[in-house]
Amino acid sequence: MEDAGFIVTSYVITFGGVLAYAWYVLRRGKKATEQLPDDSKPWV
Amino acid sequence: MALTATGRSTSTHATRVLGIVTLAGVAWLILFGLFLSPADKNQGESVRILYLHAPSAWLAYLAFVVTAGASALYLFTKKHSLGWDRLAGASAEVGVLFMGITLVGGMRWGRLTWSVFWRWDARLTTTAFLFVTYIGYLAVRRLGGTFEQRARRSGVLALLAVLEIPLVHFSVELWRGLHQDATIMRPNGDVKLDGLMLFTLLSGIVTFTLMYAWLVIHRTRTLTAEDMLDDVGLELALEERRRESTPPNIAEKGALLS
Repeated sequence: MEDAGFIVTSYVITFGGVLAYAWYVLRRGKKATEQLPDDSKPWV
Repeated sequence: MALTATGRSTSTHATRVLGIVTLAGVAWLILFGLFLSPADKNQGESVRILYLHAPSAWLAYLAFVVTAGASALYLFTKKHSLGWDRLAGASAEVGVLFMGITLVGGMRWGRLTWSVFWRWDARLTTTAFLFVTYIGYLAVRRLGGTFEQRARRSGVLALLAVLEIPLVHFSVELWRGLHQDATIMRPNGDVKLDGLMLFTLLSGIVTFTLMYAWLVIHRTRTLTAEDMLDDVGLELALEERRRESTPPNIAEKGALLS
């Protein structure tokens, strides 16, 4: 494949970016929900 | 409100299943995008970047439309439920992420196809403008005030900002530029892709939609929990202020005099 490194890097940037954001959201969510009782979380 | 540590998160059984299906979709997209789909006869191998670029652009549009819809539901329904405002905020944040991916992916595709990362082409410029607009929207959400003020301010902005999307989408029809015309959603209904390439592009759209759903669910729940914590923090601060402003009782006065 021509320009394989360039193309694969695009995939790494895309999925790496989504993964980093997902990690950030999960961490923030965990930090916030740990301080709340279960009855105040509509999803529990 | 009593605060107890439960060690739970924003995950549920359903979101875990959704997460696993999404990861499978990502693996599927990488397999088809990088290995199984053929190179394009005009664009060559750079077409593989479009399997990320086009779905992320579509999902950014969807995210901003959801933001506008949720904002409208907050503003124009009698209940004014803050749940709609949180959904709007979560969707806009994920939309900005996908728009950023669209811009970066597009620049990298442009480097291979046009030999430059950026041109002030109509599609590129309007897309960058849309990206900056929603960064502004997220900044407005962080201004001070009550949750209701946040919801009203950002709701009005979301209804205005969404009007940019048709301008971005039809910019390739309205102005002559470097960016290619629509590949699937063409005004005459023709599809310019066929076979495995079209299948890979549709796989990308499905995978990005799953990613969007998973991210928005978790972000909305996080915003809900953070708003509740803000409420609790405010209640505690008010209680402390009340305690400080209450005059000391007689026994305390006596103790102070002696």
